[in-house]
Amino acid sequence: MNKVLTTPIDPEEVKELNVGDTFYITGTIFTARDAAHEKLLSLSDDELPFDPSKYAMFHCGPAIHKVDGEWEVVSAGPTTSIRMEIFEDEFLDRFGTKIVIGKGGMGDRTLKALEKHGAVYVQYTGGAGALMAKAIEKVEDVYFLEELGIPEAFWMFKVNEAGPFLVTMDSHGNSIHKDVAEKVKENLREIKKEL
Amino acid sequence: MTQGDLEDGLVEAIRMAVTRVTPETEGTLRCSVDEEEEEGPKVQLNAILENIKVGKDGSVPICQDTGTITFFVEVGSDHPGLGDIRENILNAVRRASEEVPLRPNAVHPIDHSNSGDNTGRFVPPIHWEIVDGNGLKITVMPKGGGSENMSKLVMMTPGKGLKGVKEIVIDQVAKMEGKPCPPTVVGVGIGGGADVAMELAKKALMRPVGTRHPEKEIAEMEEELLEKVNRLGIGPMGVGGKTTVMDVKIEYAHRHPASFPVAVIPQCWANRQATLELVDGKLEVKG
Repeated sequence: MNKVLTTPIDPEEVKELNVGDTFYITGTIFTARDAAHEKLLSLSDDELPFDPSKYAMFHCGPAIHKVDGEWEVVSAGPTTSIRMEIFEDEFLDRFGTKIVIGKGGMGDRTLKALEKHGAVYVQYTGGAGALMAKAIEKVEDVYFLEELGIPEAFWMFKVNEAGPFLVTMDSHGNSIHKDVAEKVKENLREIKKEL
Repeated sequence: MTQGDLEDGLVEAIRMAVTRVTPETEGTLRCSVDEEEEEGPKVQLNAILENIKVGKDGSVPICQDTGTITFFVEVGSDHPGLGDIRENILNAVRRASEEVPLRPNAVHPIDHSNSGDNTGRFVPPIHWEIVDGNGLKITVMPKGGGSENMSKLVMMTPGKGLKGVKEIVIDQVAKMEGKPCPPTVVGVGIGGGADVAMELAKKALMRPVGTRHPEKEIAEMEEELLEKVNRLGIGPMGVGGKTTVMDVKIEYAHRHPASFPVAVIPQCWANRQATLELVDGKLEVKG
C-alpha cells in the first residue's frame, strides 16, 4: 500500500518523514518557479491569493492548454530546484509551506530552513510529466497568469495519489543530495587516478 | 510526395519524438532497474518507465519540457523540394505547438517575450547536410533545457592529449550530478573549432544507445568512459546508484595544431528522437 498524505498538510506528519521515505499526495498542490517565488514574496499578507502553508509546493512549469474552455494539463514534471535556492528559506519563513517538490535537490540555506520549520524537500522524478498529468484531476485555479505567463504562473492542481515523492531532504538535517555529492567527489578522485 | 505531405510528416515526427523515447533507450532503462539495489534509484527508474508508458499509450508528451525542437536534415542536392524544407519545418513546428501541444519554449533574450509557437530568430535550429542524390532524411530531436544547461566546452591545452579529454568528460559528468535528469546519454565532440566540437557533441547523440563508434580507438574510449562515469555513484536523478549514464557517444574532427576543443553535451533520460525518411518516394516516420 502506498503511503498517502492529504492536504491541508498536517505538520506533524511531515516531521515524521525521513530521507529515503516515499509517499504520494492526494489534495492540492501549487506550482511555483523563480518568478512565482519572487512574486509571492513581493506581496503583503492580505494580498496573497491562497494560503501556501496548506498545500504542497511544486517547482514546475507545466505544459498546459485549454480544451473546451477548461485548462487541461498535458505534462507536468519538476523543474530544477536549485534555481529557487535564493528564495526558498525566506519563502518557508514567511509562508510556512511544509512540502517542497522538485528535482535535483537544494542547498544548505534551504536545508536549514527545512529543519527550522519542520518541512521536507521531496524529489519527483525529473521528466515524468505525463505520469503527473495523469494524477491531476483538475486545474482548480491559476493566479498571475497574465503577468507571469504559462510556465511561471501559480497553478493549483487537484491531484489524486500524485507521486512517487522521494524524501531527499528531511526536517532533521539530512540530505541525500549532500551525501551523494560527497561520495561522488571521493569516487571522482579514485577514478581519475586510473587515467 | 507533395509539400503538404512533408509538413504533415514533420508534425507526426515531432509528435512521435516528444511522446516517446527511442526503443534502445527504453530497453536500457529497463535493464537498469534490475541492476540497482537501493530503493531510491529503483523508485526513480520505475517512475520513469511508468511515465514512458503513459506517454506512449496516451500519445502525450512524456516531459513538460518539450524542448527546443532541433532538426538534422540530410538532403540530396537533387531533391526537388530542397528550397522549401525550411518553410515546411517552420510550419510544422508552429502546427505541432498547437496540435500536440508543445510548451512554448522560444524566448527573446533581450525583452523576454515568448514567441508562443517555438519559432523565432535561429529557432528551431536546423543542421544541414547536403549529400549526393535526391534523398531526404530529417531527424527531430527535442532538447530539454535542464540537460542543455549542463553542456560544456573546453579549449584544452593540446599537450594534455586523450587523458585530458577523458578527464574533462568525467569531471563534467561529476559536476552535473542529478541536474541533467540522469541516466543521461553523453555526447562528446573533440577537435574542430569551438563550433564544430559543439555540433559534433550534439550530433553524436543521434547514434542509438548501445551502438559503438565504427573506429576501434573511439569505440574503446566510449566504453572506458561509460564504465568510469557509472562508478561515480550519482545514480538515476542524482539520488545515488549505479546508473548515471546510459551511453557515451564520441565524434571527432581534425583540429588546428594549437587548439584542442572538447565539447560535452548531455541528453536527459528522455532521449527523444524521430526520423522522417523518404523511402521509394514515400515518407516514413520512425521512432
